[in-house]
Amino acid sequence: MTMNRRDFIKHTAAAVAGTSLLLTACNKSGAKTNKQTLENEETGKESDGEMTLRTNPNTGDKVSLLGFGMMRLPVVAGGTARENPDSPIDQEAVNEMVDYAMSHGVNYYDTSPAYCQGESENSTGIALSRYPRNSYFIATKLSNFSPQTWSREESMAMFERSLGYLRTDYVDYLLLHGIGMSGGDKDGMGAFYARYMDNGILDWLVEQKRAGRIRNLGFSYHGDVAVFDMLLRWHDEGKYHWDFVQIELNYLDWNYAKQINPRNTNASYLYAELAKRGIPAVIMEPLLGGRLARQPSTILRQMKEMDIDATPARWAFRYAGTPEGILTVLSGMTYIEHVKENCATYSPLRSITAQEDAMLMRIADELYNMKAVPCTACNYCMPCPYGLNIPIIFSYYNNCLADGLAAGDMNGMDKQFREDRKRWLVGYDRAEPRMRQADHCIGCNHCLSHCPQRIDIPREMQRIDRFVEKLKQS
Amino acid sequence: MLRKIRIILACFFFVAVTLLFLNVSWNLNLWLGWVAKVQFLPALLALNFGVLAVLIVLTLVFGRLYCSVVCPLGVMQDVFAWAGKKHKKNRYGYSPEKKWLRYSVLAVFIVCLIIGFAPVTTLLAPYSSYGRVVNSLFKPLYDLLNNVLAGVAADYDSYAFSEVEIWMRSVTTFVVALLTFIILGVLAWRNGRTYCNTVCPVGTMLSFLSRFSLLRIRLDKDKCKNCSLCEKNCKAAAIDYKSGTVDYSRCVVCGDCTDKCKFDALHYEWALGGKDSKPVQPDSSRRAFLTGAALAVGTAAMAETKIKIDGGLAVIEDKQPPKRHTPLTPPGSQSLRNMNKHCTACQLCVSSCPNNVLRPSTDPMRFMQPEMSFERGFCRPECTHCSSVCPTGAIKQVTREDKTAIHIGHAVWIADNCIPVANGDECGACARHCPAWAIHMVDYTTKDGRTVQVPAINAEVCIGCGKCEYLCPARPFSAIYVEGNEVHHIN
Repeated sequence: MTMNRRDFIKHTAAAVAGTSLLLTACNKSGAKTNKQTLENEETGKESDGEMTLRTNPNTGDKVSLLGFGMMRLPVVAGGTARENPDSPIDQEAVNEMVDYAMSHGVNYYDTSPAYCQGESENSTGIALSRYPRNSYFIATKLSNFSPQTWSREESMAMFERSLGYLRTDYVDYLLLHGIGMSGGDKDGMGAFYARYMDNGILDWLVEQKRAGRIRNLGFSYHGDVAVFDMLLRWHDEGKYHWDFVQIELNYLDWNYAKQINPRNTNASYLYAELAKRGIPAVIMEPLLGGRLARQPSTILRQMKEMDIDATPARWAFRYAGTPEGILTVLSGMTYIEHVKENCATYSPLRSITAQEDAMLMRIADELYNMKAVPCTACNYCMPCPYGLNIPIIFSYYNNCLADGLAAGDMNGMDKQFREDRKRWLVGYDRAEPRMRQADHCIGCNHCLSHCPQRIDIPREMQRIDRFVEKLKQS
Repeated sequence: MLRKIRIILACFFFVAVTLLFLNVSWNLNLWLGWVAKVQFLPALLALNFGVLAVLIVLTLVFGRLYCSVVCPLGVMQDVFAWAGKKHKKNRYGYSPEKKWLRYSVLAVFIVCLIIGFAPVTTLLAPYSSYGRVVNSLFKPLYDLLNNVLAGVAADYDSYAFSEVEIWMRSVTTFVVALLTFIILGVLAWRNGRTYCNTVCPVGTMLSFLSRFSLLRIRLDKDKCKNCSLCEKNCKAAAIDYKSGTVDYSRCVVCGDCTDKCKFDALHYEWALGGKDSKPVQPDSSRRAFLTGAALAVGTAAMAETKIKIDGGLAVIEDKQPPKRHTPLTPPGSQSLRNMNKHCTACQLCVSSCPNNVLRPSTDPMRFMQPEMSFERGFCRPECTHCSSVCPTGAIKQVTREDKTAIHIGHAVWIADNCIPVANGDECGACARHCPAWAIHMVDYTTKDGRTVQVPAINAEVCIGCGKCEYLCPARPFSAIYVEGNEVHHIN
């Protein structure tokens, strides 16, 4: 599906109006605000404007366009749990980020029992419970990672534990986690039934909603589109009502998700299906796990020529926040600088113009042609039973692609190539010890069912290994 | 003058050989490789007649300048002796030649060389002794420094240094090197060139020639005031000032005596036509041979540097080397026998191996000679480092292309270790990585009746590079390992 995006936004607007949904757009879009925002950008990343708010048609919640994703929280040893898995969460830093976010209008906080090796909910609870309960919205999930948690009792206990950790007696937004992902030995559809239907847990959640312990019930979607379509059909039939749906959306996935991986679905389709029904969309992976924040110099140049002050991350957030059917855009922020920059980007949002949209679509073409691994470093695949550090290998490979390292021809004759080759290989050993590198993948396929991006991890490992071998031998 | 020239040249050779063994940079090795190839014993073993002829002529003209300049073990002892002299001046004295000892050591050495009894030849080879000292004692320190710099470089996003693995390749070789260093150090500190003039077979061989050298040190008795400074500063214990004689079989032409003499009585000059100082008759030995050299040596095996392990990742058990019935020797070594006969165990190949494949053998019959194992890497197809550095012809020069046709061994499969058999996971890592296409996955029925895919090895095609063994996920023992070919097959 390669619908022109401007047309699409128009369609969407029409659809939104047609279904008489009053999604309040607080951004005073257009030239009027441009001047002021630009000035703000020039004076730093702080912004004096007001955070753009969107209205949830079901409850009337005024939700900040920036949502705080609590998946990549900082740990004491530095970085996130991805780099230092045994280190505890740096609660002080989390509190500081939440304080900044709260004071700049961010009121949507998205966590899960699975994030940060199970520590995220508690950390979120500690940070948020310092504020009045009605000043923020909590989103958490009924996670699906391990089939051991799929029983009715375990699921109910998981929900009760979430309330405990979050220090609250209700959840504003509860999601069925990762609809469409395979799990255990089941495919996407099989896993959905085993996880949410056969044990009657979805009905139990509907009861909880009726009892006021859940204010909005929705799901997050990855993987098999048949499950997504089925749940929306249920919505149409009145079998279940979805108050919101969380999807992956960014300017690369808009038209390319399916081309990058035939088992995935383009964001343009997912968004259209939701907008048609007036279901507010929550956006995840606006930066593709940070990949869209780090651009190759050729792309950076195009972005800077369009707007000298904007960072690649700002472009990505503006893109993800522009469609009006979007309730909030989640950002998994690790450092206070992320929070400041993202708050500035959405205070207020400047919608993407037709010209800008065309540029981003051109950039998406280029990114697609780079053949990076579409890993968002969510870490769901870890630990690899054979010791590989999968996300680190992918992010190293992608970063080198973005830096244009050793991208030239492999004849090994010119000096630049030799230097690049050395940087690549030395950097690879620095990123990961040799016994955890791509050549050690045995293709056991244990990781396959865990990847929400549905990356064929073993095949990508072999591709990277062939590239490394070629580098080493040249 | 003689002394200064000697010191400058010695410094060059000593530093060059040391850098070679520290494996500072591969390009440097290519430039300096010749300093290993001009060493006497390696040249003899490699039948490098050009070098041998030059060394023989050099000795016939200048005396045992080789021992003072080219031989790194000799220069190492000079460094100790120099330090010893700082501590106590004029500490040496004349002692007669220990002929019985020199000749019997040489005889044993030659017999062992002919019959190929490696433990003796490798222990006695002087250049190799030094190589082992650098490789076992100094290279780890150098690598440690390198790793510190690599850490700093990484902080500054520089790629000037990259981290290397520091590990104990062989405890016995380490102990031998440590003992060599301590014993020779103590001997040289106290008595100068004792080792070179009593044990070293190269020293003894050259002494046959140096007796007849054209240029030699002569003591002019007419000018001599019997101050004895020359004798007390002769680290070879070769000058007897009373009789005015110099033992040319032991003089290493260091020039210390000519520098020390205040009366211009000592000269380095043409032997022809002048009055000759005759070799002295044996005197009663003033010093006990090998004075208290036995020293208790703490088996201070260096703790192997721990490999970084990130906490949340699956723990990876270290691999253990399998027991190979026939040891593996690198491409170019032709056969186990060729390696055994030519190698003096200098460890230059071990130092140069960038893949952590080579290490000294602990087998007494191949004592400290290199062998291969694949716990930390495999014999990479593009690498021919060991074959380019070997000075003795134990590993003959091969090209990348040659390597693809040299079968140093063949892979062997062990069903019980194989992951698909053991736990049912799909694998095929060995087949996927084999550069020779020698491994194919085939159906196999396990004892409990499962059908799994396991590797089938085409041993005729296998070159023995060890990639399968290195990448096999079974730990600590790989399910596929390389068994050596006694004679490397070529096709």
